[in-house]
Amino acid sequence: MLQLRKITKIFNKDSVNEKIALRELELTLKSGDFVTVIGSNGAGKSTMLNAIAGTWPLDQGRIFVGGEDITNLPDYKRAGLIGRVFQDPMVGTAASMTIEENLSIAAKRGLNRGFKRGINKNLKARMMEELSHFGLGLENRLNTPVGLLSGGQRQALTLLMATFKQPRLLMLDEHTAALDPKTGEKVLELTDALVKSMGLTTLMITHNIVDSLRIGNRTIMMHEGQIVLDVKGEERERLTPQDILRLFETNSGRYLANDRMLLVKPAASVNRLVKKS
Amino acid sequence: MSLKILIGAVELGLIFGVMALGVFITFRVLDFPDLTVDGSITLGAATAAILISKGYSPWLGFALAPFVGALAGVVTGILHARFQIAPLLAGILTMTGLYSVNLRIMGRANLPLLGTDTLADSMSFLGVPLQYRWVIFGSLLIVIVVYLLYWLFQTELGLALRATGDNETMIKSQGVNVAGMKVFGLALGNGLVALSGAVVAQLQGFADMGMGIGMIISGLAAVIIGEMLVGTSTILRALVAVVCGSLAYRIIISLVLRMGLQTTDLKLVTAILVVVALTLPKFGFKKRLLNLGRWSNAAVKENN
Repeated sequence: MLQLRKITKIFNKDSVNEKIALRELELTLKSGDFVTVIGSNGAGKSTMLNAIAGTWPLDQGRIFVGGEDITNLPDYKRAGLIGRVFQDPMVGTAASMTIEENLSIAAKRGLNRGFKRGINKNLKARMMEELSHFGLGLENRLNTPVGLLSGGQRQALTLLMATFKQPRLLMLDEHTAALDPKTGEKVLELTDALVKSMGLTTLMITHNIVDSLRIGNRTIMMHEGQIVLDVKGEERERLTPQDILRLFETNSGRYLANDRMLLVKPAASVNRLVKKS
Repeated sequence: MSLKILIGAVELGLIFGVMALGVFITFRVLDFPDLTVDGSITLGAATAAILISKGYSPWLGFALAPFVGALAGVVTGILHARFQIAPLLAGILTMTGLYSVNLRIMGRANLPLLGTDTLADSMSFLGVPLQYRWVIFGSLLIVIVVYLLYWLFQTELGLALRATGDNETMIKSQGVNVAGMKVFGLALGNGLVALSGAVVAQLQGFADMGMGIGMIISGLAAVIIGEMLVGTSTILRALVAVVCGSLAYRIIISLVLRMGLQTTDLKLVTAILVVVALTLPKFGFKKRLLNLGRWSNAAVKENN
């Protein structure tokens, strides 16, 4: 479904601040793969998602989605293939517009927009139906401006917007990191349910090692613009969070744990596990 | 205030209301401070005036002006979206260039329309005396424009336009070409501004090189006053607010004139009016005044 072939991205090329963010990275996702992506800050996780989304041109390599070479497509033309949820709940929705207006925009993701009415009865019924699965009561607030919603509600809405028109690929960039633990857990549950029911091919960045093994069917770890660990199936099931930490050390010779991971609640339990072992 | 003065203010309020709606589209919907307006209103006036003085029907200039104005908006849009020039500068560049263009179109700095047939003359079918025709025409025009915009903002394209001004990252991730959307919005806004200019020239009986100076601020004044008076909770309300704001602004101006100030003082009065409207909330007045963003931002702020 997704193929990254030797993609390289260098920021500030030929300057003192030159930074190789992606180093001939190779990755192939099968249709229906739900891949969690871990790695320390600056490992290139978000850069990889931006490369796939087409935020800027690559220095090298090619990107294929569903067999189609999208390397030279501008970002807004790739959007038809890709659904995206960002870390910041404010980024994925238009605050001054209502829930139904936001969703109606998402319903036409990647399609031509003309002079037809953006919202009609059928679409509204579908919105209410899909929102009701969330159990957040949003289905009764279609005319509420999104700016009045909480971060968690906005992120849940962004998730629905990303999948409202079925994408070939769903990309989640730490989409629960800015939420409180309980809300984050709820959004993660919704994510898992949506991905499973729609059979979406998904890339999910997370800083939570426990979640990275608990959710999805494959886990990759990135370091310095490359994939240093790629596990699935039985091998993955046998892995424990402390294995991941140890693997990371052997792979990169450095600690994966950073301040962010220590502060995240489930990661704290990981640290206890590490101490025990 | 005598009826005659009131009618005069209402005429201007309605016709400049079309311009204010154009300013609303760029400034509020697109979140783009577009200074092209000062040039494109004169452009519309010049287009209509030269066609009328050459003996063409006043309706021709009226029909052509929005397209010419839209072209000016497209230029600003391309300067910004394609060549990454900052919004303010892109607008100033187009505005400055338009000064020469307008002079070329008119052939001289001031083009009087006395003794020629204007829209008001061609509307004898209304069966009302000349002095009321502009009010009727202005009312019809503004109702049509508000209705069309209200309709547009509910279409797929209009929703995408609104989202472009609200959140570029979001609308890009939904597959919308942000550059194209901005060009479209600027064309639409400046088209309306030029349309307004075409009518203004006929109402006041001349087109003049200097008529555009400070227009963006009076348009903005109308938008802000309207938001204060009427509110912005829905898109229809926001549109109606602009029209009410334009009427209120012209009435305030005519009152100021009656107080003995000169016409030439009006730019200062307008500037002060806008400054007051923008700064009042900082001193604890109605929070709604702080609505520098778009319509429901006010509601958002009050609730958070």
